[in-house]
Amino acid sequence: MDTIFALASARGKSGVAVIRISGPRAHVVARAMAGNLPPLREAGLRMLRDGVGERLDSALVLCFAQGASFTGEDVTELMVHGSLATVTAIEHCLAQDHALRLAQPGEFTRRALDNGMMDLTQVEALSDLLEAETESQRRQALRVLDGAIGKVVAEWRAHLVKAAALVETAIDFVEEDVGNFDDMILQELRAVQAGLQSEMAGQRARERVQTGFEVALIGPVNAGKSSLLNALAGREAAITSDIAGTTRDVLEVRMDVGGYAVTFLDTAGLRDAPEQVEAIGIARGKARAAQADLRIILQPANDISDLPELGANDILVRSKADLGPVSQGAISAVTGQGLDWLLDEIIARLSALTARDGVTVRQRHAQSMQQAEAGLTDAIDKICQGDYIAELVAADIRTAMTALDSLIGVVDVEDVLGDIFSNFCIGK
Amino acid sequence: MKQYDVIVVGGGHAGVEAALAAGRMGAATALVTFRKDDLGVMSCNPAFGGLGKGHLVREIDALDGAMGRASDYAAIQYRLLNRSKGPAVQGPRVQADRARYRAAIQKIVANAPLVDVVEAEVTALAITGDTVRGVQINGEVMLHARAVVLTTGTFLGGKVFIGDKSFPAGRMGNAASTILAQQLRGMGLPMGRLKTGTPPRLRRGSIDWESLEQQPGDDIPEYMSFLTDRTIAPQVSCAITHTNSQTHDIVRANLDRSAMYGGHIEGVGPRYCPSIEDKISRFADKDSHQVFLEPEGLDDDIVYPNGISTSLPAEVQEAYVRTIRGLERAEITQPGYAIEYDYIDPRALDLSLQLMALKGFFLAGQINGTTGYEEAGAQGLVAGLNAARHAAGEEPVRFSRSDSYIGVMIDDLTARGVTEPYRMFTSRAEYRLSLRADNADQRLTPLGIAWGCVGPQRRHVFQSKLEALLSAKALLQSQTFTPAQLQAAGHRVSEDGTRRNGLELLGLSGFGFDVLETLHAPFADISDEIKDQLTKEMVYAAYLRRQESQIAALRSDEARAIPSELDYSQISGLSRELATKLSMARPKTMAQAARIDGMTPAALVLLLARLQKQEKRARA
Ligand SMILES: Cc1cc2nc3c(=O)[nH]c(=O)nc-3n(C[C@H](O)[C@H](O)[C@H](O)COP(=O)(O)OP(=O)(O)OC[C@H]3O[C@@H](n4cnc5c(N)ncnc54)[C@H](O)[C@@H]3O)c2cc1C
Repeated sequence: MDTIFALASARGKSGVAVIRISGPRAHVVARAMAGNLPPLREAGLRMLRDGVGERLDSALVLCFAQGASFTGEDVTELMVHGSLATVTAIEHCLAQDHALRLAQPGEFTRRALDNGMMDLTQVEALSDLLEAETESQRRQALRVLDGAIGKVVAEWRAHLVKAAALVETAIDFVEEDVGNFDDMILQELRAVQAGLQSEMAGQRARERVQTGFEVALIGPVNAGKSSLLNALAGREAAITSDIAGTTRDVLEVRMDVGGYAVTFLDTAGLRDAPEQVEAIGIARGKARAAQADLRIILQPANDISDLPELGANDILVRSKADLGPVSQGAISAVTGQGLDWLLDEIIARLSALTARDGVTVRQRHAQSMQQAEAGLTDAIDKICQGDYIAELVAADIRTAMTALDSLIGVVDVEDVLGDIFSNFCIGK
Repeated sequence: MKQYDVIVVGGGHAGVEAALAAGRMGAATALVTFRKDDLGVMSCNPAFGGLGKGHLVREIDALDGAMGRASDYAAIQYRLLNRSKGPAVQGPRVQADRARYRAAIQKIVANAPLVDVVEAEVTALAITGDTVRGVQINGEVMLHARAVVLTTGTFLGGKVFIGDKSFPAGRMGNAASTILAQQLRGMGLPMGRLKTGTPPRLRRGSIDWESLEQQPGDDIPEYMSFLTDRTIAPQVSCAITHTNSQTHDIVRANLDRSAMYGGHIEGVGPRYCPSIEDKISRFADKDSHQVFLEPEGLDDDIVYPNGISTSLPAEVQEAYVRTIRGLERAEITQPGYAIEYDYIDPRALDLSLQLMALKGFFLAGQINGTTGYEEAGAQGLVAGLNAARHAAGEEPVRFSRSDSYIGVMIDDLTARGVTEPYRMFTSRAEYRLSLRADNADQRLTPLGIAWGCVGPQRRHVFQSKLEALLSAKALLQSQTFTPAQLQAAGHRVSEDGTRRNGLELLGLSGFGFDVLETLHAPFADISDEIKDQLTKEMVYAAYLRRQESQIAALRSDEARAIPSELDYSQISGLSRELATKLSMARPKTMAQAARIDGMTPAALVLLLARLQKQEKRARA
């Protein structure tokens, strides 16, 4: 097993730079450089020297033992002065040891995964945390990093093992007059189904926390969408002009709105009988807007036509409030009236979307959950129809288990048999 | 001094199948057992088959083993378990007449031209270096062979317990194998102790049959062997009775006098075959347990009460038995007892059941930590085949988890070892929808023909069945029907415009052969047996398609062997913890490695890369 090292902080000039060493020789090489090591998990100031005793830097040295470190291996962290020259000198010195090599990108985390210090969802969360730009992203990633998904899935798994055990009991131990378990099986399966459904309902919003919510601005040509976007962004992001149809395709502006990463989409204006090229732009804009998390529908204050019908995720805004008197939702990109109200409204809507309890974040999680849910629905339907083929229900439950496997460890037939034997008096 | 190709030690179910299989493969074979009468003896219950076990009997039969045919000859009651469930989890089972079973087996062995039965105790193995050379019998004579199969069952270091009494024995009335046990223990093999128990036997005439519920056999019997086409012996019923609170009180009051509970036994017993002591203490809230009264034979005066195995003192057994309805005056002809014996950790075996540390030495049956006649017989067959191939200098044959219950069992044993006596369940087979008892011949007989262990009679029967199946399939596929046609005939199908052929229709609910025949009259010419088989196959069609890619992946992982001497600590990038786990588990294939607890995809990739590198080097 190689010992690996790498600069763990950003490369370049900085106050402090951290160099991480992991593997069987992590403590040995550090001791050679530092003379002696501080007790495990305690930082100590040491003068680092190279092989011929030349001083490299005065550094804080911190050691972790195998099984109780980030990677699960012996680890040393050297906190040195953050200059290019210092870091290079220390890396050079470490590379002199033939058992050491520079870590590949992500290799520390890979080792953590291999050593069972983290599960797959935690590795994902770590990368999310490192990428986090907003407060909500940081909080969410931290929760998953803490193993929240593993815990939820472990609960589901327990229910499924129980259900599978009941089905298998009815198959493998028919002669034992153990009775009919349909109600118990349904109860276990429905518990997981409900859990999956509620997780899935909130997953998209949580994924959006990570990737950014999309808020589309829609309205007729010249409703003032681009002006509103500019006012929100506080800068000239879109070309604004009074000639209808300036915004051809979809223009995106990304910003932090109350801790949420939000991408505003400025779509082409809605207008009848447009020219060919513009028609394409309008269609594209409509499609994007339909998929957006929120839609801001603009209708100028001086437009007296009927108000549009609003969906759950639509916000009506009477733009150009400076041009006409309206009571509700009045904003003006010119005077700045109503902008704060609109931002608060967006934040309120987004926090409502993310308010659901839940821990799954990624598309990958959603796919596994969908597969699992499909398996459970098949199983539940069969049982409810009565007179079902038990081994097919078992196969459906197994499908659900394997789907969840991709999120956590492996469901084993020994678990199922173990559950049977602990709960039933089996055996003639 | 005689030179054999294969010597099989032990004439139990494992030993008999091993010797017969080796003989069918053309190996000059000696079957050495304490007494010639051992052949075909059932140590415990008078029954063969059941769930998972019935599948094993069919698989043994598909490879031309003896168990299926002998149990049909001995069958005095046929029952297909799980008849109301789908075909994959139906298990054929028979109540077997002891005398008839023994007679059938002894006749089959006597007719096996290459198998000599030697009546003797094997007292030592002859070993040179890491290779077995033969066995020593009765402490003096040497028998030489290129391969030895050890199938000593419960006899190795066997010890019987009744209450606080205990004595060495292989089973009641038979001496244990103690000398050989000492040699094996001295070889540094990983060994342990397991236990199992058996109920008291009752005199038939002392039971009040009139007062009990009868359990007759099936009207249409499901035979154990693919070669059987009629019921051979007269059929009888069993009876069912129950324990009650009085029974439980007596057992509970005497728990400390039970060998199992008094702490006399160190071995671990099976959870699925608990003694009455176990049932009453572990499931205290149940105030009654079922007892099946199974006749041991047509002319046999003995009845086997299935469900009350025990190691209580004889007088306590009598007291509790007599509290049970119908058994008020029951006479015990032989008390129940527990037996504890040595087993060898099957993780020391490779997938051909050869001990990795000793070339040419194969183990099969209860000595590998299993329980049951069917599990023993199936392993015997595998060990016998491979011993014969070893003797002939040929590569071993392999079974896959995806082609047979035999494959599942051998993989489980060699990869996981055992913590209690291992028995087969259908739930152990992840691909059980395709591993049905009814298609064991289609799964395995072609393999058996290729290996050379299937005789002419079976080959002929199988080939004509296969032809019938193929032509029936072709007939069904030759006719297609549009949804409009089907709807016009009054059937409900989705209006998707696709034409469906007869075979595809069979996979839809509501389209049995009764319906198909009204659509196209010539379908009626297909024989009932073939109709039945096709119907069973199509029940699972949609599920089987979904599993195809998983099965293909498993097969390729199973095909990639891991050398037993691989040094995991030398695989760079593999964590220390996983390297340790792998060196302990010593997986034999990539498929086994993948199932090790805590294994990660990344680690499997590293392992695979190493194997590929080694293969490349070996080829260069
Ligand atoms: C008390 C008892 C209770 C049981 N309960 C159950 C149960 O509840 N359920 C279940 O499924 N199964 C049960 N069984 C197990 C079942 O009988 C065995 O699993 C099966 O018979 C094992 O087959 P085998 O071929 O491995 O060994 P066995 O049938 O035990 O045969 C071993 C043979 O080897 C011979 N032999 C041994 N040592 C030597 C030697 N040194 N030299 C020559 N010959 C030798 C013996 O004579 C014997 O013929 C029980 C067995 C016993 C004894």
